[in-house]
Amino acid sequence: MSRLRAISDRRVPTNFDWRLVAATSAILLIGLVSLYSVAGGGTTPIYQRQFYWMLLGWAAFGLMTVVDYRVLARYAYVGYGLVMLLLLLVLVAGRSSQGAQRWLNVGGLSIQPSELAKLAVLFVLASYFAERRVVGGYRIAQLTVPALLMLAPLALVMKQPDLGTALTLLFLFLAMVAVVGIRSRTLVVGTLLFFMLFPFLWQGVWHSLKGYQRDRLVTFLDPSADPQGKSYHLMQSKIAIGSGGWFGKGFQEGTQSQLKFLPEAHTDFVFSVLAEEWGFVGAIVVIGLYLVVLLLGMDAAMRARDMLGSLLAIGVVAMIGFNLIINVAMTSGLLPVVGIPLPLMSYGGTAMVVTMTGLGVIMNVRMRRLLLFH
Amino acid sequence: MSYISSPQDQVKALHDRLLWMAVVMCGIVALLVVRLWGLQVWYGDYYLQLSEQNRLRHVPIQAPRGLIYDRTGRLLVTNVPSLNLYVVEEDMSDPGATIAEISRILGWTEEEVRDRINSRRRSAYAPVLIKQGLTLSEAARIEAHRLSLSGLKIEVEARRRYLYGPMASHLLGYVGEVTAEQLENSKDSSLSPGSIVGQSGLEASYDHWLRGRDGMKRVEVDALGHERRVVDAVEPVRGDDLYLTIDMELQHVAEAALGERAGAVVAVDPNSGDVLAMVSHPSVDPNLLSGNMSTAEWTKLVNDAEHPLTNRVIQGVYPPGSVFKIPVAAAALESRQIRPGDHIFCQGGLQFGRRFFRDWKAGGHGDVDLNDAIAQSCDVYFYRVGSEMGVDTIAKYATEFGLGQPTGIALASERHGIVPSTDWKAKAMGEPWYPGETLSVAIGQGYVGVTPLQMADLIATVASGGRRYQPHLVKSIQDRDSGRLETLPPTRLADAAVGAKTFQILRRALTAVVESEHGTGGPARSKLVSIAGKTGTAQVVGAAGAGRVKAPSGFEDHAWFVAFAPVESPEIAIAVLVEHGGHGGSAAAPVAKQMIESYLRPLPSSPGTTPPGEVTESKPVKRSTRG
Repeated sequence: MSRLRAISDRRVPTNFDWRLVAATSAILLIGLVSLYSVAGGGTTPIYQRQFYWMLLGWAAFGLMTVVDYRVLARYAYVGYGLVMLLLLLVLVAGRSSQGAQRWLNVGGLSIQPSELAKLAVLFVLASYFAERRVVGGYRIAQLTVPALLMLAPLALVMKQPDLGTALTLLFLFLAMVAVVGIRSRTLVVGTLLFFMLFPFLWQGVWHSLKGYQRDRLVTFLDPSADPQGKSYHLMQSKIAIGSGGWFGKGFQEGTQSQLKFLPEAHTDFVFSVLAEEWGFVGAIVVIGLYLVVLLLGMDAAMRARDMLGSLLAIGVVAMIGFNLIINVAMTSGLLPVVGIPLPLMSYGGTAMVVTMTGLGVIMNVRMRRLLLFH
Repeated sequence: MSYISSPQDQVKALHDRLLWMAVVMCGIVALLVVRLWGLQVWYGDYYLQLSEQNRLRHVPIQAPRGLIYDRTGRLLVTNVPSLNLYVVEEDMSDPGATIAEISRILGWTEEEVRDRINSRRRSAYAPVLIKQGLTLSEAARIEAHRLSLSGLKIEVEARRRYLYGPMASHLLGYVGEVTAEQLENSKDSSLSPGSIVGQSGLEASYDHWLRGRDGMKRVEVDALGHERRVVDAVEPVRGDDLYLTIDMELQHVAEAALGERAGAVVAVDPNSGDVLAMVSHPSVDPNLLSGNMSTAEWTKLVNDAEHPLTNRVIQGVYPPGSVFKIPVAAAALESRQIRPGDHIFCQGGLQFGRRFFRDWKAGGHGDVDLNDAIAQSCDVYFYRVGSEMGVDTIAKYATEFGLGQPTGIALASERHGIVPSTDWKAKAMGEPWYPGETLSVAIGQGYVGVTPLQMADLIATVASGGRRYQPHLVKSIQDRDSGRLETLPPTRLADAAVGAKTFQILRRALTAVVESEHGTGGPARSKLVSIAGKTGTAQVVGAAGAGRVKAPSGFEDHAWFVAFAPVESPEIAIAVLVEHGGHGGSAAAPVAKQMIESYLRPLPSSPGTTPPGEVTESKPVKRSTRG
């Protein structure tokens, strides 16, 4: 305890960034309103459960700001090991839903280890890259260990399957590599390698996909192939968003979502609900709020006291930014339906706590930044 | 290789990369915003329209069909609530399982259910009627499965109910869902797939009045097709009620008198053309026809050798037999071929050319004048008179009585019948007329063909002394909303160009048919009322020029009887045809007699005229033993 107190700086509270908290709160509130609008029913209404998860999320956020990220990083490998165990456990004893085995029941709560894997990979990669500073950029060989650190949980996640989380892990890795820098030759060779291996990778991915996931991909590539069937979700989501117009149909007036034409309105397609009920203006406001959060994260990465701080912050930004972009692109019909939720807004307890933890990490890095660049 | 060595340089390189990442990220987010702008603003109206199409459906509201009453205001056809099962094909999440479940609940084969679903051309999301009149237990079982069986719905709708079952069924007709063919051919824009329209009889002829105007409601549905609320509605307009000329009591007597025999009976009021009764046997309960029958049941009905769907009164064409002697006699008198007092000696046949034309009575009738010839139905007399007159004179007067042309009654598919003449034969067969054929025509055989309604028209014309009315079925039409009653007046046609004296002679002779000792219509004689009539025995099989031939076994002659009463001032004219009934006097005359007695002396309450409680209840009536 005395050690903890020693690390925390007396300046820390003054560096607390209220803008991040405000933007986050606004997104959370809008998300709650959308959930209330579309999924008020049930014994414990979904918006209410989501509210409790938010409280838990804020607690995680608070905890993250209190403990110095350098201390947290010391436990990166321990956490990583625990998450790997959970990922193995979920494959053995997990609860299945809609063809995927993703959930572990722990004392009445349903947690999703694949979400925790994001945090584990974030910390372990940040620690790894921060400790092994390479001058002049990484070579392929030097990237082998971190790549394996990322690929091990990715493989377990794909097994569930959870394509969305797997892609997030991959992107997290790529974003960090981009930040630490690689040699230009490594970039060229890596790109070539990727394209040479692509057919084999594709085979691997394709075969690990479930039938419905393949359908979604095929549908996306050719929506006219089956207008009534597989592309139904895609079309209904586009109709929901498009019919919102400039100002939307109003709270609880979205016919697409209220009459259940929109599938999964409270999880993956919550953005469509928002866009339908609050229109282009509402969508722009929300995207603007996300951009504020992401840019504050970038800013934290730039001003971080050390490489570890930068990597942690940029990892969280990459995680949230990637999910945001993919989700909006997916709901508006630019990408196939891969099943990536919208951070902070889609219903899902573990994802909520993980995202809030990530934002806590950003705040942590901001609060302990160097004042040199002020 | 260590050109970036100082911490400051390293930090700067990191910053550059982070800046680039921020720019790329903002760029992608900008692309997303452009995409959203495209969907929501640029194509916003298009998607709004799609979302409206998603949620709103147009559902027709069936207008209650007009009721049908008889001339005394007795209710014949009404509407009762019925639980109808519909399927919206597009809403079925698992058509195979749903069809299997429906077939299990209804006890049909899956094939039958599929047949129903595919039978009608319809627009997308239009409900298809699967079964009308679900039982309560069927409805309950379907409701219980509703959550798992999407795309099913049960509607409470009015169903046509014919209170007297098969009675007067050909006249009333039946209703059914409009067919694709009818939709295509109809100029009526108010028809839409699923509309219930009259398919035959008065239901079809007066469909325009009876149908009313269907309403329409716009309902909001959810993704499973369940109705959430009604957005707006145009209320249906109820159909008009019909008051028929039919007297249901008389209709009942006629049906009972004809019994199970195949045949036709029609009664008209000679003073107005009101059709008082119209019977065609065998018949089918229109309650069954108006429900939805399976294709197999339909095929069976259509192919039934007894033709239960044919309205024999207007669609059955038969040789008139000796009834035709009435117009032949009129022709002979009018063309001055004979005088009433002229006598002929009948010895049971007539040699004409190389052929011998037999009289129905083997020994002959002896010395007969016109009165006797009609009363005893002497064939030889008419062979003579006919051959002397020639077929064209006969045809001219037969046409005056309305034969060989449709009466114009308001029922579809009325047959013309045939009044042969030299012209007709030249046109129809491209052959000259042979004089021997005239002899057959003179006794109503050969090419002559008439419908029972034409026969009723004929005898009514005689009864009224030449005044002719178009037979009509609807006395008045009542607009249910305004209560306005529109009376349809009788349509008087040109009088028959036959002199009053001729009619007088004919009426006397027709009275003798029933009243005189040797009259062939003796079985129609009544103690209560004076009846005039004429028997006819029409040969089913017979060569055109053969006069009377013996019927082969299994092809008994058709029995005719036409009559009017009271002789002094006729109020009713009747034509009775009993298919394969044998002699007109014994088989058909008693039917007419019973009807006349009932109609002219109505009893306070006769049994069987109150609507039977159950539609399916049939009334087996023993054929009359009299005559």
